[in-house]
Amino acid sequence: MSERVVVAMSGGVDSSVVAGLLVEQGYDVVGITMHLSDVPQAVLEQDQQGTCCAPDDARDARRVAAHLGIPHYVVNYKEHFRKAVMDRFVEDYQRGLTPSPCVRCNDELKFKTLLERALSLGAKYLATGHYARIERKNGRSDLHRAVYEKKDQSYFLFGATRDALDKVLFPLGGMTKEEVRTHASRLDLPVANKPESQDICFVPDGDYAGFVERHVTPKPGIIEDDEGNVLGEHGGIHRYTIGQRRGLGLPGGTPKKFVIGISAGDGRIVVGSDDDLMASGLIADRCNWIAEPPAKNTPVMARCRHRSVPVPAVASFEGDTLELRFDSPFRAVAPGQAVVLYDASDATRVLGGGWIVRAIAADSAVAT
Amino acid sequence: MDHNATTPLASDAAEAMRQWIVPGCPQNASSVHTEGRSARDAVEEAREAVAAALGGRAREIIFTSGATEANHLAIRGALTERSHVVTTAVEHPSILAASEQATHRTILPVDGAGRLSLDPLAEAITEQTGLVSIVWANNETGVLQDIDGIGRLCREHGVPLHLDAVQAFGRLPFRAHELPVDMLTVSGHKVYGPQGVGALWVRTGLSIAPQLTGGHQERGRRAGTENVAGIAGFGAACRRIPALIEDQGRIAALRDRLWRALSVLKGAERNGHAEHVLSNTLNVSFSDVEGEAMLMGLDLAGVSVSSGSACTAGSLEPSHVLVAMGVASQRARGAVRFSLGTENTEAQIDTVASHVVDVVQRMRRAA
Repeated sequence: MSERVVVAMSGGVDSSVVAGLLVEQGYDVVGITMHLSDVPQAVLEQDQQGTCCAPDDARDARRVAAHLGIPHYVVNYKEHFRKAVMDRFVEDYQRGLTPSPCVRCNDELKFKTLLERALSLGAKYLATGHYARIERKNGRSDLHRAVYEKKDQSYFLFGATRDALDKVLFPLGGMTKEEVRTHASRLDLPVANKPESQDICFVPDGDYAGFVERHVTPKPGIIEDDEGNVLGEHGGIHRYTIGQRRGLGLPGGTPKKFVIGISAGDGRIVVGSDDDLMASGLIADRCNWIAEPPAKNTPVMARCRHRSVPVPAVASFEGDTLELRFDSPFRAVAPGQAVVLYDASDATRVLGGGWIVRAIAADSAVAT
Repeated sequence: MDHNATTPLASDAAEAMRQWIVPGCPQNASSVHTEGRSARDAVEEAREAVAAALGGRAREIIFTSGATEANHLAIRGALTERSHVVTTAVEHPSILAASEQATHRTILPVDGAGRLSLDPLAEAITEQTGLVSIVWANNETGVLQDIDGIGRLCREHGVPLHLDAVQAFGRLPFRAHELPVDMLTVSGHKVYGPQGVGALWVRTGLSIAPQLTGGHQERGRRAGTENVAGIAGFGAACRRIPALIEDQGRIAALRDRLWRALSVLKGAERNGHAEHVLSNTLNVSFSDVEGEAMLMGLDLAGVSVSSGSACTAGSLEPSHVLVAMGVASQRARGAVRFSLGTENTEAQIDTVASHVVDVVQRMRRAA
């Protein structure tokens, strides 16, 4: 009997192509769609784009599975997703952090709960439509950036454990989006022309502040400069991210200001100049290492948010704390985001990463 | 193994329908002309067959689009002057939804075995009570209610009693007119007939308000052109009901055989009363295993089961029926419903049992 693979099918083009290719390769493919949240009807009606958890997407996945002749199931992980991802998203904003819900979803849902489900169904692998590569050598799995840099999702995957990666397939890691679209047409998939999903799946309209406000009552506060001069007021710290320029509502004539600090305790937003945004390093915790953890002063390439180009830095990991020093100052390090480290000698290889606790200011010489 | 969700269409039901789904058919059963009369004859023959199977009179049968509609008709149709309805916490969602529309509603609890006690029912009935609606055999657990006791009580209080008999029909021998009951819902596709057709039996003398209006069909109690093919198929299926009833002893033996094989699994617990239960239904919780995962694992092994009712499938909320019975939510989530039917064999039961054992063990290893 052929090996069983569970494909996490979102109803989008990428994961549909994964299912189709694995069927062609002779695997015993089972499709599973995670039902993660019920998007409010009002939001759904405005939304023309596909999102990864709307009911229509489960229907699309089912159509693809029927087209490929494979079994397909919808698993209800709403409760788990709400606790592990959505509530956390709201809490992070309340704590003055910039959340990374997609990383948490990968860590908590896809490569934990769904992977367990796949194994319990007798599958050897869980396959997803992520753009990243896994290289297996001498019985160990390494995570690498996708060949197609524009779609690379390795940043979102740093939290997958080595054990999990042993049982995961990313069949699209070596392809471009165009190649994937070509496969979709060749396989005659019913979703071949579906548009790409963009925003965070449970906030399809992209209005994060509105989402937070539907869950908690916002607390207004003051906006001040780094010398404590009050410049204005704001409607809640969840509306701000480090480096943000727009929406500060400062009186006309104020010189260009950026958010340089968010103080959750007293609800203060601190603004400053572009220079004030520059960090010489950062402190991160809750790390996961796919490769060996970096010993003291290991040269690495570091990525502090999705889509930013990895920059050279020196990493030291001790206890559960990662201290990172950039070779040259880096702009707008946002606590709450993940920092992902790549091998300095093989910049496609993911070493692992952690969650940013705070930036080390450019003029500060002393770490914790 | 999922006959409480639906049953495979019997060949005579298929044959009866086929006559009405050839080009040029069906004809409007309300038309005066020859073709219309022939359709009318088919509908009336089927009405006789349904009435005979459930032990009522043909004129007491109202054909509907299925049990959901029949349940709505019974509840909304009976609550005209008196506005209070009494029902239980273990009803089918269609009963819970229809009764929610009533001005006043009392939902009675059940005990740990899924059964209703008479005292709370007696207390719940008031001057304003226009209907008591009870599921005779529960779709998820197969647990049977004490219809004689409930019916007597309703009679004493002068309140009509409606039974959701969808799962009981074709499995329990009964004559409706001998029961202390006033209305009874049955469904085509639970008795090897087609989907999209059901009926409400309404005892002569009880008047109910139509819910679909704008036509004189079904003696003015349900407007809409008759579904001739569906009704004919339902009628044909009903002619086999005596044979289905005959088969229940064998099915009960199969169900017991399945339970014997599964009960050896550590942490396997049966849900619902072990004696007051349909012959075909076995509801089992496996500790440390999710029902949803079991369903998938068994399906991949070629075994079709449910983790509750198909109507709530996909919701991970534990079954409202098991919750009402006081089953802990962890155990309720691990519930799997096996519901047997007339084409199941001993060999199949043994295969199913061995697949279940394999899947449960594999799931526990993976956890």
